Amino acid sequence: MTESIGTARGAVPLRVGLVCPYDWDVPGGVRSHVYDLALALKKLGHDVSVLAPADEDAVLPEWVTSGGRPVPVPYNGSVSRVTFGLGATNRVRRWLRQGQFDVLHVHEPIAPSLSVIACWAARGPIVATFHAAIPRSRVLLVAAAALQTALEKITARIAVSEHARRTIVEHVGGDAVLIPNGVDCARFEGVRTTGDQPTLLFLGRIDEPRKGLAVLLGALGPLVAQRPDIRVVVAGPGDLAAELSDLDPTLAAHVTSAGTLTEKEKVATFLAADIYIAPHTGQESFGIVLLEAMAAGTPVVASDIDAFRRVLEDGDSGVLFEMGDSGGLARAVLELLADPDRMESLRAAGRIRAAQFDWLHVARDIERVYRSVVVSDVIVTEDLRGQIVGRWGHAGREASR
Amino acid sequence: MTMWSIVLAVLIAFFALYLSSTAGRLDRLHLRIEADLVALDRQLQHRCGATSELIAAAVFDPATTILLGQAVHQARTANREDRIGWAMSESKLTSTLGVALADPVDVEEMAQDIEAAELLAELAGACRQVELSRRFLNDGVDACRQVRRHRMIRWFRLAGHAPWPRSMDLDDLPPPGLTGR
Repeated sequence: MTESIGTARGAVPLRVGLVCPYDWDVPGGVRSHVYDLALALKKLGHDVSVLAPADEDAVLPEWVTSGGRPVPVPYNGSVSRVTFGLGATNRVRRWLRQGQFDVLHVHEPIAPSLSVIACWAARGPIVATFHAAIPRSRVLLVAAAALQTALEKITARIAVSEHARRTIVEHVGGDAVLIPNGVDCARFEGVRTTGDQPTLLFLGRIDEPRKGLAVLLGALGPLVAQRPDIRVVVAGPGDLAAELSDLDPTLAAHVTSAGTLTEKEKVATFLAADIYIAPHTGQESFGIVLLEAMAAGTPVVASDIDAFRRVLEDGDSGVLFEMGDSGGLARAVLELLADPDRMESLRAAGRIRAAQFDWLHVARDIERVYRSVVVSDVIVTEDLRGQIVGRWGHAGREASR
Repeated sequence: MTMWSIVLAVLIAFFALYLSSTAGRLDRLHLRIEADLVALDRQLQHRCGATSELIAAAVFDPATTILLGQAVHQARTANREDRIGWAMSESKLTSTLGVALADPVDVEEMAQDIEAAELLAELAGACRQVELSRRFLNDGVDACRQVRRHRMIRWFRLAGHAPWPRSMDLDDLPPPGLTGR
């Protein structure tokens, strides 16, 4: 705990139990949220334990406990790796008994996995974070009764986006506190490696029209006409050659593919780009990539959808253009490239704005939620009301394992 | 001359007898397969029912309840004509039960409750009967196929319009936690 920077003045650190419903070894939104939150809470001085599905041979940090082997299960339109069954129930119970948590914080409790099991098996202060937007038909009506018992125990609800909040209001009932995802700013800090050749960066699924690669490619003509040395780096999964096939070959020559990036490569790619372009044409729930670019000191040119407008403070910490307008995008980029002073001021403004979304800030907001539900002398305990599994022979089983 | 025609007539009569008895045998085999399939269907329904009762007894956590409920629903409503789809739904139920009841120690603990113990015993029985009736069906299918592959039967079209017998390929291994129950 040497790197601890301490909790709010006079407040005692909390013992927090975090539950991740998806395979700890597979990268994903919920999994990284839990990981980053755990690290930030530890930095704030709290005692954190994470329960997540993990294979037996997985190498886990000492603060992560395996809730059992993950099994692929179709859920909400894709296949998720979750853990369930009698074995999982018992592991959850053991973790709860050993943890003696002040607060239990479960993530995505509507997914059929450890989170909902933990809600069901525990009583005391419980906080839940909802991540995904789930269409009505998929909120399994058959299982409504089974879920209800568990979800009713949640004291405080957090939604990471407006979409997720709507899911709660419509399907679960009640309201939620909106606390968006955080950015680990420190990870994106580094020496900028931009050269003389102006470099634009696109990041995201190439074959997903909502990410708007076509809008950027449509702007190539005027961009190359003004700046013949311009380079566009496209990073993300998908077939770039297919997207470039309709393009004039002399223009296509200005586009290079960076493939799918690891987290480390992503940082290096941001640091090497002059401008990050976010030409999205669909509604995004939140612009986390924009904040990552800004944390790396890369000015952002983005379409003027609601989420980006909010992140870029209506254009104060980045440049906005009309959604889908390739000409507007080209003008914005050319103006910016011609004005080094504006570039410099955007770099500074971006870093300041990204810092407001740093995980430490987010973790402090979440800590406030914890404090509001924690009652002194009440800790999270097992809930054995009306349940068969786990009622029998605690002591004996504990000793035999 | 008459001698030869008598011999020929007798031979033809024997051959006709052979053909008709083989056709009868084949018919019986087909009927047996049909009956076996009905029996397997009944056992699979029984397994769905036993699982549903266990779910209804609220012995499982909500995650397991949801996933088992989904698997039962899909198996019960699977279109029986679409053999591959049906087998996939039943196999899915098998694998979900396998995860839910993976460890005999956990199941033993659940069986401390007398009501749960009864339901578990019923499910274990249903799973074993599914295994058995599927094996009987596939034995019948093998036997029938062997007969139908015979040259004479193909030449004389003794199988008539009966479709080529189909075996049932699905994962019906009982949940590891239920062994010995």
